[in-house]
Amino acid sequence: MSESAGMRGEDRIVIAHVYTATAAIALGAIFGVFQGFARTGAFGAPGWFDYYRVLTMHGVLMALVFTTFFITGLSLFVTYRAIPRERSLAAGWFGWALMLFGTVMAALTILKGDATVLYTFYAPLKASPWFYVGATLLVLGTWVVAFEVFGNVNFFRRTNPGRPVPLVVFCAAATFVMWLIATLGVIAEMCLLIPWAFGWTSGVNVMLTRMFFWYFGHPLVYFWIMGAYIIWYNVIPTRYGGNVFSDALTRLAFIMLILLSTPVGIHHEFMEPGISSVWKMLHAVNTYGVAIPSFITAFAIFASFELFAIKQGRKGFIATVRALPWNDPTFSGAGLGMILFILGGFGGLVNASYSMDMVVHNTIWIVGHFHVTVGGPVALTFLGAAYWMIPRLTGRALWQPQLALFQTRLWFFGMLIMSFSMHFAGLQGAPRRTAEVGYMGAGAANAWQPLMLLAAAGGFFLFVSIMTFVAVAIGTLVQNERAEYAAVTFATPADGGLTTPAPLQHLYRWGVLAFIFAVLAYAGPVGELLRNPGYLAPGLRTW
Amino acid sequence: MHIHKYERWWLTFGVTMLVFFLSLIAFAAFADGINPPSDMQQIDPTKVSQTPPFDRPGLRRKPDGTYEAYYVAQVFQFMPSRLRIPAGSTVTFYVTSSDVVHGFFIPNTDINMMAVPGWVNEETHTFRRPGDFLLICHEYCGIGHQNMFATIEVR
Repeated sequence: MSESAGMRGEDRIVIAHVYTATAAIALGAIFGVFQGFARTGAFGAPGWFDYYRVLTMHGVLMALVFTTFFITGLSLFVTYRAIPRERSLAAGWFGWALMLFGTVMAALTILKGDATVLYTFYAPLKASPWFYVGATLLVLGTWVVAFEVFGNVNFFRRTNPGRPVPLVVFCAAATFVMWLIATLGVIAEMCLLIPWAFGWTSGVNVMLTRMFFWYFGHPLVYFWIMGAYIIWYNVIPTRYGGNVFSDALTRLAFIMLILLSTPVGIHHEFMEPGISSVWKMLHAVNTYGVAIPSFITAFAIFASFELFAIKQGRKGFIATVRALPWNDPTFSGAGLGMILFILGGFGGLVNASYSMDMVVHNTIWIVGHFHVTVGGPVALTFLGAAYWMIPRLTGRALWQPQLALFQTRLWFFGMLIMSFSMHFAGLQGAPRRTAEVGYMGAGAANAWQPLMLLAAAGGFFLFVSIMTFVAVAIGTLVQNERAEYAAVTFATPADGGLTTPAPLQHLYRWGVLAFIFAVLAYAGPVGELLRNPGYLAPGLRTW
Repeated sequence: MHIHKYERWWLTFGVTMLVFFLSLIAFAAFADGINPPSDMQQIDPTKVSQTPPFDRPGLRRKPDGTYEAYYVAQVFQFMPSRLRIPAGSTVTFYVTSSDVVHGFFIPNTDINMMAVPGWVNEETHTFRRPGDFLLICHEYCGIGHQNMFATIEVR
């Protein structure tokens, strides 16, 4: 099937999502590079420079806006292409508009200096109510996109009785099933914070807001990772002419991610009072469990590589690596991202390890960790995937593919330098989220100050890399070189003859079970906080 | 469902590794009592300066020879800002916040915890050798967060 002109309206929705994500990462990178240099203390920051406002913008734009818009765009793209039909474009546009409206509202309050609360907005820090309203609208906009994806799943099931939903759509829908469950936490938190910020209630239960935040905050990272996995399983094999290793195991991995992403959030709160050790231990065990779908994924990706190499008559590790298209910007982004994810995975197990978290909690090690996870495998895979999507959406050839390839490699090296420095500085005791870490020349600070310079250098490479991405993304849009692309197809399973068991074709039932898991994991600790409400904080503006 | 032989091996290896790590953590928790801080004491943060023992922050020697150190965290300082501890002593730190959430972190020790208004948190550490330690707030608490630190001298 060739691309018909009738599809162009759908493509414009996806372009809107992807280019909003591009704007977010571009702005986020500008804020990020300033932070990196300010933190070294070696360059006198100008008087008007407000580190924490810049940090809030960087965190919100990168963690909440870039990732979310890219995943909504990607999910709509794969859904539209895998399930072609006459469809209303209203939901796609409405979701985007609501997300953008919320983002702009929240961003303006931050820029004005009325919401310097970082992207975790911990009470009793009290931002402008419009910051919380904006963030809520961003989340509600994603729900519109989620239901658009579910609607297409239901349409497919109705019109193709007995046939499994296409794997790529299953993966996208699973991502949003998980996301719906996870975002209930942040919506619950907003139900406490919004009336409080408007002055309608006099105080909030601080620990309860933190617990609701992390109910959402950890599955948020699995939302990012599932976005990358959609690409790794379904798109990357098509870049080298291979197959997805197994249909059934892919669905199993996504179902496990639905089930296990949420009941883990208290591992962010190991060092807090008011939560019994038993709940902390329970969430540590669950966090270990959510590593299993990543083990499945690691196996499936490398098996797909190796099956391809064997088909080419090549054998062995080196031959397999050399058989892969490292000069393709899309593959390069994902492939280099996978290497970074191995490092990120090891660090993640340390953080999840209950008492061991004492060594690294709230140090810059954690910042190194999430830059080598969301900033590595996730962002780099997304940028690589943008090089695949944008030409197919616009009908224009990718502008300067060599520059795109350079961008992915520069990102990889920049991230290695920045993340390693942050991990090591964290082990020495350098704190995260702190404008300057010199502490008036105190002895301990001497150990980490040189590493801050190295981190800033890595951050500068990342900044150049993002600006290169923006140049390629905009260059592709404004140049006139047309290109013809075959219809977008997704990877087919190597074990094509095998049927996937029926339980692995369900989505919503697993979602219900996952919600029950989440409720069970949180009933104890939330109940404990409700029984000991104690002090209700009126809120403060300390910036 | 068909699962490839190598994949069975790989998953067995992965899950065994996870179980092994968890066993080590559980052993440390139950046999050695190494747990993260989980104090359940509550306090009215508006009355910290009148509530003993936080009305007089500082070091107390207990009859068994160990010490208790009471700290109040508030924007943008710790009280006491300077503490002297005899080398070789075991100190239990108690901290509470009288305003927003703060961190309580002493690099190169086991002391790493959150100070939440309305709650007391506690952790114990033995300072074996003399030296100067930095106590820093490692949770963003406002515009002066980077200035929020104190010193501990072990003599």
